[in-house]
Amino acid sequence: MTVHQISIFLENKYGKINEILKLLADENIRIIAATIADTSEFGIMRAIVSEPQKAYTILKKNNVSVHLTDVLAIVTGSSAGNFAQTLTHFTNAGLNIEYMYCFSINGKAILILRTNNREAAREVIRRQNLEYICESDLIKI
Amino acid sequence: MTYWQQDIETLSRKNLEQLQVERLRNTIQLATNSPFYKQLLSENNITAESIRSLDDLYRIPFTTKDDLRNNYPYGMAAIPLKECVRLHSSSGTTGNPTVVLHSKKDLDEWANQVARCMYMVGLRDTDIFQNTSGYGMFTGGLGFQYGAERLGALTVPAAAGNTKRQIKFICDFGTTCLHIIPSYATRLAEVMYEIGLDPQKDTKLHTICIGAEPHSEEQRKRIEQLLGVKAYNCFGMSEMNGPGVAFECTEQNGLHIWEDYVIVEVINPDTLLPVPDGEVGELVLTTINREAMPLLRYRTRDLTRIIPGECACGRTHKRIARFQGRSDDMIILKGVNLFPIQIETILMQFKELGGNYLITLETVGNSDEMLIEVELSDLFTDDYGVLQQLTKEITRQLRDELLLTPRLKLLARGSLPVQEGKAVRVKDLRKLI
Repeated sequence: MTVHQISIFLENKYGKINEILKLLADENIRIIAATIADTSEFGIMRAIVSEPQKAYTILKKNNVSVHLTDVLAIVTGSSAGNFAQTLTHFTNAGLNIEYMYCFSINGKAILILRTNNREAAREVIRRQNLEYICESDLIKI
Repeated sequence: MTYWQQDIETLSRKNLEQLQVERLRNTIQLATNSPFYKQLLSENNITAESIRSLDDLYRIPFTTKDDLRNNYPYGMAAIPLKECVRLHSSSGTTGNPTVVLHSKKDLDEWANQVARCMYMVGLRDTDIFQNTSGYGMFTGGLGFQYGAERLGALTVPAAAGNTKRQIKFICDFGTTCLHIIPSYATRLAEVMYEIGLDPQKDTKLHTICIGAEPHSEEQRKRIEQLLGVKAYNCFGMSEMNGPGVAFECTEQNGLHIWEDYVIVEVINPDTLLPVPDGEVGELVLTTINREAMPLLRYRTRDLTRIIPGECACGRTHKRIARFQGRSDDMIILKGVNLFPIQIETILMQFKELGGNYLITLETVGNSDEMLIEVELSDLFTDDYGVLQQLTKEITRQLRDELLLTPRLKLLARGSLPVQEGKAVRVKDLRKLI
C-alpha cells in the first residue's frame, strides 16, 4: 500500500539536480517517478526510485539533505473520471491531500499520494477496495 | 559668520589644550568614584594631580566596550544613582548590553553640543525640525530632540518609519530640516516623486542631518540633488552620549569634533600607538565634560583620520574624516549596530540548522539589506509547511534581537564553503553610492 519516496532539498543553484542525479546513476538506481516543487528560495525534489534505501544511504554519504518517507501508491484507470473518482473517496473521508503526483506505466496510472492522516487514508483504501501497489511491485515494473 | 558659542568654537589651540588638561584633571578626579576606574587608576598610579599636560593621557590604559559590558549596569557610575536622571542602553540582548548614565548637567551639556552642531549648519530658532530617528533607547531620538529644543527650533518628534506620514508632516508643518539616515533620505525622496510631489517646490526643506550609517560623498550629493537640500554628516555613538560628538560645518570637508567635550586620539589598532594626523587609525575618545559616567581613552573601534590643517569656517576644533570602517566585526546597518555573534546565538538555538552560516550585506535598490544564509542540519522534513514555518520563526527571533528584518535563506547541507581557520561570516557587498 505504501512505497518509499526520497525527498531531496535543493537550492536554486545551477547544475544542482544534475549532480544529484549523477550520484544515483553511478549506482545504477533507476528513477521511476520524480517531481520538483519550488518556492522562491528552495525546492524539494521527490522521487520514487528502484532502490530507495540504497539511494538514501548514497545521498546521505555525499552530504545531500535527503529524507525518506512513506507515501501511498494507488492504481487508477486512465479513463476520464477515474482520477476524480479515486480522490473523491479521500475527500469524503475528510482527508486533505498534502501533495500528489502520478505516473503511467504499462497502461496503468499510478497515483502517489500523501494525506494529512496516513492511517485514515489506509482505511479508505481498504474500505473502498482500491487497487494499490507495494514497493516490491514497483521494482518489478 | 556666526557661531553658537564663538569663544569656545574658535578658541586658540593653546587655550583649548589648556582647557582640556583642566577638564581631564576634573574627569579623573570624578572617575575615581566609580568602582571600575578607582581600581584601574590606582593600579596605574594615576591621580588628578599627576596630570600636568595632555601627554600624561598616554599613561592611562584604554577602556573598551568589554569593560562597559563587564561593569553592566552601574559599575562605571561616578556619581550616586540618585543624581542620575537618564539611562541609555544598547539594544543587544545576547551579550551584556552597555549602559550610559546621565546627570541633569550631562543632559544639559549634551543638548548644548547638539544645538551647537545644528547652529553650525545654519539652523536657527525659526526652523522646523523633524526627527525621523527612532526614539526610546536609541540616542538619535532624544539626543536630537533636546538639541533642537535647545536651539529653539520647532521640533517634530516624528520618529522612525511610515514614509507617507513623514511626508504629510513635512508638507503640513512646513518642515525645513530633517535628521535622517542616508538610505532613508533617498527612499523618502523617491516616494515623494512617486506621489507627484517635487520636494524642491512642494516642501520647505533646506537642510538635512545624515548619519548613523556609512555613506559616500556621491550618496550625499545625490540626496542633496533629490531633495534640493544641503546634507551634513553627523557622528555620534551611544557611549559618547549619542549624536553631537562631531558634525560637518558648511564647508562640508570633515567633521569638527568638539574638543571641549572630548580628547581625540587616533591610534594604530594593532600597535596601539598614535598615528600622525592624516593617517587612518582607530578613533579613541576621552570624555572631559561628563560627570555621571566618564570614559577614559575609550576605543570606539571606528576607523577614521584627522584632517590636517585649519578649516575655513574659523573653528579651531579638529576635523575627522568620513568613517572608513571598523576595527572589530560590528555591523552598522540602517543605523542599527549589531554583532555577528547575536545572529549566531539565535541560529544555533534551532536544532534544525547546522553550524555553517553566512551574513551578506547588500544594496537592493537604494536600501541596504541583510541576507542570512544558513545550512540545514541532518534533520530534515519534506514538508514545505514545516520549512516555511521554520523560516518564519527564525526570522521573527532575529528581528526581535536585531530590530531589523533580515532575509533568511535555508541551504542544503554542505552548500556553504567549509570554513578553515578564522571563519568569514560577513560579506559586505554594500555599494556606497
